[in-house]
Amino acid sequence: MAMSLAFHIIFAVVGIAMPVLMVLAEWRWRRSGDPIFLELAHRWAKGTAILFAVGAVSGTVLSFELGLLWPRFMAEAGAIIGMPFSLEGFAFFTEAIFLGIYLYGWERISPRAHLAAGVVVALSGALSGIFVVIANAWMNAPTGFDLLNGRLVNIDPIAAMRNPAALTQTLHMTLAAYAATGFAVAGLHALRLLRKPAVAFDRRALALALMVGAPAAVLLPVSGDLSARHVARWQPAKLAAMEGQFRTETGAPLRIGGWPDEATGQTRYALEIPRALSLLAFHDPHAEVKGLDAFPRADWPPVAPVHVSFQVMVGLGSFMALLAIISLVLMVRRRELDAHRWLLRALVAATPMGFICVEAGWTVTEVGRQPWIIQGVLRTADAVTPMPGLVVPFVAFTLLYCALGLIVAWLLHQQVFRSAIPAATDTPRGTVAGRPR
Amino acid sequence: MTLPDAVGVVILIALNAYVVFAGADFGGGVWDLLAGGPRRAAQRGLIIEAIGPIWEANHVWLILVIVLLFTCFPPAFAEITTTLHIPLSLMLIGIVLRGSAFTFRTHHGPDDAMALHWGRIFAIASAVTPVFLGMCLGALASGAVPRAGKTGFHDAFVAPWLTPFCFAVGLLALTLFAFLAAVYLTVEARDSALREDFRRRALAAAAAVFVAAAGTLALALAGAPLVGRGLSASAWALPLHVATGLAAVTAIGALWRRHYRVARVAAAGQVSLILWGWALAQHPYVVPPALTIAEAAAPTITLTLVAWALGVGALVLFPSLAYLFRVFKQGADRA
Repeated sequence: MAMSLAFHIIFAVVGIAMPVLMVLAEWRWRRSGDPIFLELAHRWAKGTAILFAVGAVSGTVLSFELGLLWPRFMAEAGAIIGMPFSLEGFAFFTEAIFLGIYLYGWERISPRAHLAAGVVVALSGALSGIFVVIANAWMNAPTGFDLLNGRLVNIDPIAAMRNPAALTQTLHMTLAAYAATGFAVAGLHALRLLRKPAVAFDRRALALALMVGAPAAVLLPVSGDLSARHVARWQPAKLAAMEGQFRTETGAPLRIGGWPDEATGQTRYALEIPRALSLLAFHDPHAEVKGLDAFPRADWPPVAPVHVSFQVMVGLGSFMALLAIISLVLMVRRRELDAHRWLLRALVAATPMGFICVEAGWTVTEVGRQPWIIQGVLRTADAVTPMPGLVVPFVAFTLLYCALGLIVAWLLHQQVFRSAIPAATDTPRGTVAGRPR
Repeated sequence: MTLPDAVGVVILIALNAYVVFAGADFGGGVWDLLAGGPRRAAQRGLIIEAIGPIWEANHVWLILVIVLLFTCFPPAFAEITTTLHIPLSLMLIGIVLRGSAFTFRTHHGPDDAMALHWGRIFAIASAVTPVFLGMCLGALASGAVPRAGKTGFHDAFVAPWLTPFCFAVGLLALTLFAFLAAVYLTVEARDSALREDFRRRALAAAAAVFVAAAGTLALALAGAPLVGRGLSASAWALPLHVATGLAAVTAIGALWRRHYRVARVAAAGQVSLILWGWALAQHPYVVPPALTIAEAAAPTITLTLVAWALGVGALVLFPSLAYLFRVFKQGADRA
């Protein structure tokens, strides 16, 4: 399941953001008549199509795997959190229908209807992502039921959907989708600009990708702060693991880097900023931050992976936010981004960072919740299927996904980024280093 | 009709839609695998063109079935996914390979060798997946899914679905899907030679359906007593068989006389009637013989909310679907 999710989450993220790029490009083309934008819209639509198809089938695997792997979880929780999944089903249906219309309907429907179909794809894609994350948020902050002898009774699916983690988590995840995808696309075009400077096609692509990615990357630390403060209140054990906080203390320091050692109960080699954690988590430098010592050892999540993942996410995320601010400032001042080769290099370096952040953030929220599958209600070990030999499907699906991932990456590379640009759209128009080919 | 019954009917309608629409997409893959003769490439081209814009939307019906099942009948979902872990996993691998390979082939552009390679994977996965889907439904119908009292790996996770009856249902599903696809393709084909190709294939598939259905029914009396009895002895059995037979005869007759659009409606009707016959025979059980609809149902509040969501969702869904099919399927009809 973890493998399927780790794979699916990338497709979901790109599937949410790629339609936005595709629609923006088409819109710019309809407005300006510039064929570069049409070419971009076609290419990004192709990318969307490939990723959506693989995302759709890998998502199907997930909906089955909820039961194949966690039958006890679904038997308990299905009635409560099925609601967002049902709504997601409809959002996904809408997305699939209008994506079919968009991809195959260029010549069959009016320009306005075509653009509208693209907008519907982008909206329903975001919406279906939001519904799924709401269900995940409920696992972190379960509400909408009473616990009676280990069973969930008096359930209220609406209250479950309005669980306290829903808003912060959906906001963070949706922004992350735009940031990760925007930066990945921007990075690939930055690479092309480094190799062959001032190609108008890549300039337009870079600017459009950053228009989607950069604002999201700037907002992410803010939304991350909301999320972390929420975790501090609702899942203190997770926060303690994220920060490598073994002892409960007032005025807790913020640890940057370091390696938490569960055996000795210390986080070594970390850079400590006094009182900063208390300040960040509770907006009070003297606030008490619960350490892992406040919880029974059996309720500790694996500390090192959570702490390290969190550091990776925050570190790379901050780098991306910084790049985003620089790029936005340059764009607002109408400077050509590709005049600065160091910026292009930094953008190339950032290409995979968004996805690494997504995986790391997902590790934080999922591994950080362990040993619980529903925080404080049901343990993961109690929810797993009685089916023996689970390693077999695990290996099978892992191999399948690795193969698919490689193929998709190669196809995207071939079809969307590497293939030759039609001559009509390949005339450099910029003023910087614009030499004719 | 109680609320759980009503939700059950909606799930069945969604499954029906999946079988009639997505089933034909799988069947298309079967004909891709069996493409032959002088118009081999044209046959494959027509199949790709027919499936391309709609298969993803058709596929979502399955997701809807699963999501509604685990929301509205959680214990039934848990039983089914536990016992049928192996065939469901195999089916999922088939679904993943089918969808991915189809997309990879579509987007492969000029590199023909690779496209051919993906086409082969798409076709094989399309032919294998329906068999596992049928086997899962067969296991459910045979009353072998409940776990209580089973010990040992083979008893609990293999024996329930590795039976002649389940295999017969698997083959029935495969032949039905191939039949549907061939009939639909007679309507979609614009060139008369190609149409004749699929007409002959549809008639051959109809014969295969007949054999598979007769075999399934014979095995059902021993392999799935509850459903077998329902299908042979109950009051509605005879009218149902008459209606199904009538649909089948209409489909074949219409194919024979080249009334392709009549054949399309009749074929879809025939397949739907088979599905509803199974459901009626199994009523009131979701997971026979352990869980009835009432026993497996989620609390009323969940069902009520889902019913609302279904109502609102249908308002979005059906116009969108109608639009999709109008954009892509009308042109073929007129030709």
